[in-house]
Order: sequence, then structure tokens, then C-alpha cells
Amino acid sequence: MDWRRFGFIALIIAILFSVMVLIGRVQTSPIVIVTSMMATTIAVATPLTLGALSGIFCERAGVVNIGIEGMMLAAAFFGWLASIYLNHVYKFAPLPSLIGGVVAAVLTGGLFALLHALLSVTFKVDQIIGGTVINILAVGITGFLNRQLFFEEGSIFGGDVPHAPGTLPRIAIPILADFPVVGRIFDQQPITFAAILLVMVTHFVLFYTRWGLRTRAVGEHPRAADTVGISVERVRYMNVVIGGLMAGLGGAYFTLESVSSFEPLMTNGRGFISLAAMIFGNWTPFGAWAAALIFGAAQALQINMQFFREVIPPQLAILQISYVVGLAPYILTMIILTGIVGKTVPPAADGQPYEK
Amino acid sequence: MQLDNESRGMFWRSVLSAVRAALRAMLIPLLAVFTAMLTGGVVIALAGGNPIAAYVGLFQGAFGSARALSETAVWSTPYIFAGLAVSLTFRGGLFNIGAEGQLAFGAVAAAWVGYALPEVLGLSLPPIVHLPLAIGAGIVVGAIWAAIPGALKAYTGGHEVINTIMMNYISLNLVSYLLNGPMKDPDPLNVIARTPLIDENARIPPIVEPLRIHWGFPLAFLIACLVWWLLWRTTLGFEIRTVGTNIEAARYAGIRVKRILVLTMALSGALAGLAGAIEVTGLNYRHELGFSIGYGFDAIAIALLGKTHPLGVVLAALLFGAMRNGATRMQFLTQIPVDIISVIQGLILLFVAADRIVRYLYRIRVAEERVVLTRGWGG
Repeated sequence: MDWRRFGFIALIIAILFSVMVLIGRVQTSPIVIVTSMMATTIAVATPLTLGALSGIFCERAGVVNIGIEGMMLAAAFFGWLASIYLNHVYKFAPLPSLIGGVVAAVLTGGLFALLHALLSVTFKVDQIIGGTVINILAVGITGFLNRQLFFEEGSIFGGDVPHAPGTLPRIAIPILADFPVVGRIFDQQPITFAAILLVMVTHFVLFYTRWGLRTRAVGEHPRAADTVGISVERVRYMNVVIGGLMAGLGGAYFTLESVSSFEPLMTNGRGFISLAAMIFGNWTPFGAWAAALIFGAAQALQINMQFFREVIPPQLAILQISYVVGLAPYILTMIILTGIVGKTVPPAADGQPYEK
Repeated sequence: MQLDNESRGMFWRSVLSAVRAALRAMLIPLLAVFTAMLTGGVVIALAGGNPIAAYVGLFQGAFGSARALSETAVWSTPYIFAGLAVSLTFRGGLFNIGAEGQLAFGAVAAAWVGYALPEVLGLSLPPIVHLPLAIGAGIVVGAIWAAIPGALKAYTGGHEVINTIMMNYISLNLVSYLLNGPMKDPDPLNVIARTPLIDENARIPPIVEPLRIHWGFPLAFLIACLVWWLLWRTTLGFEIRTVGTNIEAARYAGIRVKRILVLTMALSGALAGLAGAIEVTGLNYRHELGFSIGYGFDAIAIALLGKTHPLGVVLAALLFGAMRNGATRMQFLTQIPVDIISVIQGLILLFVAADRIVRYLYRIRVAEERVVLTRGWGG
């Protein structure tokens, strides 16, 4: 990760924050606005961070995964479904139901990833097509089951969506969260903390363990890895599935941490954006996290602006069209992919099936 | 006399071998569809439905009456255009996931020309001018919208898969802004995000009056022939296919690769934009938010099921149109949600992509032909 790239990230985030301060300063003090923006940015970057980590595991081993979007969507649905079942059918308390939901979501991600591994490693299907299969299947299955289970007469929940057991509770970090105003940043929900922890863990695993070395070897030069006795297939399978588990946790964010309901297509392209974050982060965990924070900041601006709708100054009137800010993450992604902020280098064997 | 007989025999033999080749090419896709329907039946049964009743309803809804057939044609029309759009990029070594956005923008452009242009110009246009203008606007806007990721790919290396997806979300946002704002139907009773109705002169006439089937359906076949002609009978088509097969060889042979990449995307976007324009001018007479959602991914499945060949794409589009159309009756008869069709389509795509599964299941030993499309993020 070079400084130029971090500089760009810091600059964009600073611009997005400044816009918010400009809009809100009539009503609220800048420090409060910046703090609230930071807290929101970190929280909404969570699925992007996890998606990017998922991509890193897969692609460092040489498997392109554009199915992250579908894995997240399926995980969001099945995690939510599991939490409702545990809560309503098996009469678990809300918190254990939610935890069970998270486990189910993570496993769902892993299961879909297993399918991706089967397609791309064993059957050597073009990996972008394999990922597309995952995405289409996920949309179909979640849409079908959502309607079949909740909106059909005579279905399990009697054509009525039961109350979900809420969202995961906030956890305040002792001492840090007790600071006035800025303490708010350290008061987040568990998946958000887990994502940050996993960034560090992934960095360690990838660059300081034997497993990480093997993974990178398989992604850069599978034949060389094969020659020294590493099973390319096994390493790829494992990494794709680990990536799937990460994507699954990212999916859990949508229905168990952010809100407590499911909507068809609710991942809304986050899986794809997280791939852009991965690319911009040059396939490194910390780089990807920083890139995810840009998108988080853009989304935080959109969220926070709704509280200040009436006081937007006339020179920023264009922002009143919420669509304009809504476009920011997508346009940013395209700009980043042009490489004008610095070229990135993917693993050498990325996307190529390995033939013995 | 003898010679004549011999040449006649040769002719029939060549026809026979062509038919046999076509059947062999269709074997795997057909078995994939069959396997997907079987698996879909299992899913229906697991979800507490009756698969046989469901499929009977599906078939009735798709082919059971003149109206059903007309509706199947109506559903298939945009699928043919969009499927051709995606398969064209596959032939050129690109992957256009953005057909959905290109289609939506084509529809918006055609609708605008259809309802607003006479007012802007201050004169009424005759059908012979107005209708081609509306359709042309859809084609041009679709082409420009797709040329952007094409140019980004050619000149910066930004990968078209992510860029076309990003542009889908951008177009979804922009179109919903347009349909809720400047282009919203001003009728005081209207609460829906949609444009006003287009001028009578900008509409494609229906073929048989009470039915909705319109001349866009035969046009789709014509365009399919045109795409075939372009790909296999013109220099441009040869260049597109060469870039798709081996980009290095194409460069070495003196083909201007960057230009071809942009052009391939633009042509693909033109076809997707045409799909949107035909929907507006031939069927709905306006553009409404949400009508085009899902077309992009369906088009990918259609292109792959049709083995990216125009004829295969037409057949696959007819199948998908029939399923989408029949699903409504299936839901009415058996209360199985229409969304099961998306599951079945995903399974079809799965079995087409991983044809080794199908080969293994049915013990087929036909030589394997690997479809190599896009790989990695390089380029």
C-alpha cells in the first residue's frame, strides 16, 4: 500500500466529511457532525470490508469471485430466516436467536462458496460465469423462499411476516466509549468490530503464516507450488470457502445488525463494490479496508444528509437531489478502476483454472 | 443423369450432416434445461407444492391458447434483443452485465422522443418519421451508455464486468430520478413513476388486433439474422471474433483492438437499447420504473444457453419468454410464486456452464468444447 493511495483515500473522505459539516454547521457543531459521520462510516463499511476480505482470500489463491454479491444476499436471507425460526418456532430468546442467525448466515456463505469452488476448481468453468451463476441462483432462491414462506396462504408463517428478534446489541469499548462526543465511534455493533478484527487477522494469516505463503504461491504461480508438493486444488477450495464464510458474515450485517428485515435484492451491489475496494486496496487487507471506508463515507453522507434536508445551503442545492449523492459510490468505483490513482497488480494466476 | 443424382445425394448428405451438427450442439443445452426443470420440481416439492400441477400450469400459461402464445411472443421479444446483445460481447471476449441499464436508458430515450419531441419541435411528425426516430433514439442512447465501459476497458484497463454493473446502478438511480421528476406523467391522478403515453404516431402497430403481439417480434428474428451476418459475413465481425479468441493475435494481425473493443460494446448496447425502445413503442407505450429489472441477468443466461450463437439465442429467448409468461398462470393455479422461474433459470445456467455435470449424468461422450470467455482482471 503506497502513500499516494492512502493520501487519495484520506482526501476523498475529508471532502465528503467537509460537505456534511458545511451542510449541518448551522444546526450542529462540526465536532459532533464529524464524530457521527465517522461512526456511521465505520458501521456501513462493514459489509464492504468483509466482502473485500472474501475477495482477497479467493483471489490470492487465484480464483476470481464475482459471486460475493449473491453469497451476501443468500446469507442475509438465511441468517434472518434462521433467527426467526429460532425465535418463533423453537422459542429461543432474541439474543441467542440472533447469534444462531449469524452462524446460519456464515454457513450459507460457505455453502455457496463451496459451489463456486466446485465450479471453478473442479469443473474449471470460466470463473466469471461461475460467479454469475451464484448471483442468479441467490436472487432466485431468496426471492422464491421469501414469498413462498411468508406471503403465501397456508405457508408456515400464515401469510404474515412475524416480528424478527431485532438487531444485534451495541457493544461499547470500555474507557474509549466513555469519552464525551467522540466516544460514539467506539460504540458499535458486534459484526462491525468483528470485521475490523478480521482485517488484522487476514493480514497476519496472509503474510506471516505458512498457510498464507502457500495461498499466495498458488495464486501467483500454481505450477511452481504444485512442483514443491502443495495441492493447488486443496488450497483453492479452502480459500474460496473461507472467503465464503467472510461474505456470509457480511450478509448477516444486512438483516441481523443493520435492520431486522429482509427485502429482495437488498444487498444492492455491495458485493460488487467490495470487489472494487479489494482491487483498489491492491489485494491487501488494510488497503481494502481503507478503500471500503471511502464508500462507507459516501454512504454516511447520504444517510446523515437526510437529517439536514431543510438547511442545505443554496450553493450546495444540487445535493438536495439525493440521487446525486447516491451515485457517488458507483462513480467512485469506476474512477478507481481506471487506475488513475495508481495501477494495481492482481495475483498473476488470478482467474486461471489450473491444469496439471 | 448419374452425376445429377450424385450431386443431389451430396446435397442431402450435407443437409443431413448440418442438421446432425445442430442437434449435437443442442443436446447439452436441452439436457441442461431438462435437468434444471427436474431439480426445480424437487425444490417445488420441498417447499410444499405439487411440481406436476405447477408444470402443467406453466405449459398452459405459455402455449394453451392464442392469447398465451401471443404473450409468450411478447415476453420473448426483449429477451431476443438483450440475449443477442450479451452474446455479441461474449464473441468479442467481453462480458456485458450492463444490458439492464442500457435497456432502461434506451426505453427512456424512446419514450421521450415518443411523447415530447413533437411538442419541442412544435409540429406533429408522421408515423414514418416519428417511430424510426423513437427507436433510433433508443439504439443510440443504449450504444453510448455501453460504449463508456468499453472505452474504459480499452484505454484504461478498468474491467468491464464491474464497470457495467456500476453503470446498472447508476442508470437505475438516474432513471428513477427522471421518472419521478422531469419526465413524470403529469396526470394529476398518477402516483406511479412513469412517463406520459407516447404519441400514436410513434407506436408499432399490433399484428392481430385484440392480441398484444406486435411487429417487434418478427423484427427480433430479422435482427438475429443481421447479427449472424455481421459476425460471420463481414470484416468487422471477423475482427470482433478474432479479438474475442486471441487478443494478442488480433493485435499482431494489425486489427485496431481498442477500437474494436469500444465498437463491440457500443453494438451490444445498441441491441439492448433497441430492446428497451421496442418495449416502449410496441407494448407499453411508455416507460415505467421497475419494468426492466432482471432483464440483464436473464439475458446472460439466455446468451450462454444459446451458446452465444444467434439461432441458439432466439431459441433460448423463446424458452425463457414462455417460462416467464407461463409462470403467472402457474402461480394462479397452484400458488407457487413466479420467483421459482428465477431458480430454474439459475439452475439452467449452472448446468450449461458446468456441462461436465450433464455429461456425467447422461453418460455423454461427445467431445468437450470449452467456452473461454473472460478471465481474471487483466487487460
